[in-house]
Amino acid sequence: MNRFSRQVILQGFGLEGQRKLQASSVLVVGAGGLGCPALLYLAAVGVGRIGIVDGDQVDLSNLNRQVLYGEQDLGKNKAEVAAAYFQKKYRDIKWEIFPEVLETGNAKELISGYDLILDGSDNFPTRYLVNDACVLLGKPLVFGAIYQHEGQVSVFNWGKNSANYRDLYPEMPAASEIPNCSETGVLGVLPGIIGNLMALEAIKVLTGYGKPLANKVLFFNSLNSQSYEVELSPRPESSLQSPQTWEALESLDYALACEGVKQVSWEEVMGKMNSNIAFVDVRELDEKPELNCTGLWKIPMSVLSEKQDFLAHSEEILLFCQSGVRSLKAAQTLISVFPDKKISSIKGGMNALKKS
Amino acid sequence: MSQTIQIKAFGMIAEKIGSSDLSLDNPGTLKELRAQLESQFPDLVGVKFSFALNKKMQLADSEIPAGAEVALLPPFSGG
Repeated sequence: MNRFSRQVILQGFGLEGQRKLQASSVLVVGAGGLGCPALLYLAAVGVGRIGIVDGDQVDLSNLNRQVLYGEQDLGKNKAEVAAAYFQKKYRDIKWEIFPEVLETGNAKELISGYDLILDGSDNFPTRYLVNDACVLLGKPLVFGAIYQHEGQVSVFNWGKNSANYRDLYPEMPAASEIPNCSETGVLGVLPGIIGNLMALEAIKVLTGYGKPLANKVLFFNSLNSQSYEVELSPRPESSLQSPQTWEALESLDYALACEGVKQVSWEEVMGKMNSNIAFVDVRELDEKPELNCTGLWKIPMSVLSEKQDFLAHSEEILLFCQSGVRSLKAAQTLISVFPDKKISSIKGGMNALKKS
Repeated sequence: MSQTIQIKAFGMIAEKIGSSDLSLDNPGTLKELRAQLESQFPDLVGVKFSFALNKKMQLADSEIPAGAEVALLPPFSGG
């Protein structure tokens, strides 16, 4: 008797299925609302080696759905907390922790080391990047995403003639078009269900037990508990839209491709300030922490349209807010007003400045 | 043969339409359907979504058969 005895006696799964799982590896991208439940079951079922990549810290507002974390974990890196939780729980899994954001620069190194990738990220640029990297490396990708009360699950790039994310959504959407959980709200059970479906698909792909959702997309609505499945086919056009080489992938700015707005980090901003650059805080005036420095403009979103003429004389405009969401929208608005100016939004806003 | 088609809207598309189920007169093709939806629901203008025709994704324009079920499937990013 071992901890897997109840699944080993399943007909068709057996010892062989267990051995396959123990010999396999999964990289979970994002240990958030989808990653947490998926990790719980990938670990319980006995996947031999699991990598977790997440550069984010546990926040109090995560706790309604990110069930691996508790109040004692606030402010800690999610990948590190999650791995520490499992290391205490099971001795038979090798954990690999990447407390960083998956980006074009590290995607190849991270993804190439695993048999299967599970995408639990929370933004379109990362989703397209993970997809394109899996296409280049020939890795199966378990995809899941949620919007308010609905979720989508699919298995991309599994074997020959398998569709991928670009066959489902060839046009890269901007974050401002589709709000995320922090904007629309979410009941924690929904990512729990979708994350579990993702773990199930991963287990099916790794063991050959059951039929994975390849060339199919499952939609689930938690309010009426209905599901809807559609068939998906690979298209020759999609493979032309995604980068054909690593050099092409690494030179692609996924955030820019999705948003149409250049996003920069605080590090890039520091030191390049000069009088031709308008440096603008678009938060409302009572938002904390306050940032004061020379050359800083405070133009809250609520009055941006009235006051945008103040920016007419600057060659370049750099915008920031609390988390980077409003400044992105402000940048999109200003680009339509000043199409010839260089306009960027600072990634992560004030939250990122506190960490950097 | 019925020339009515059934629309099933998901995610934000259902919010913009105000319902997840809708019956429409068959406009003929997916391209014409999009134009008709955009004129009936101006909030849909410029919004990205994919069509599934009788539960098969259709990224190119296609003729809509009589009595078809057309799903409007927007991308989700949340996790």
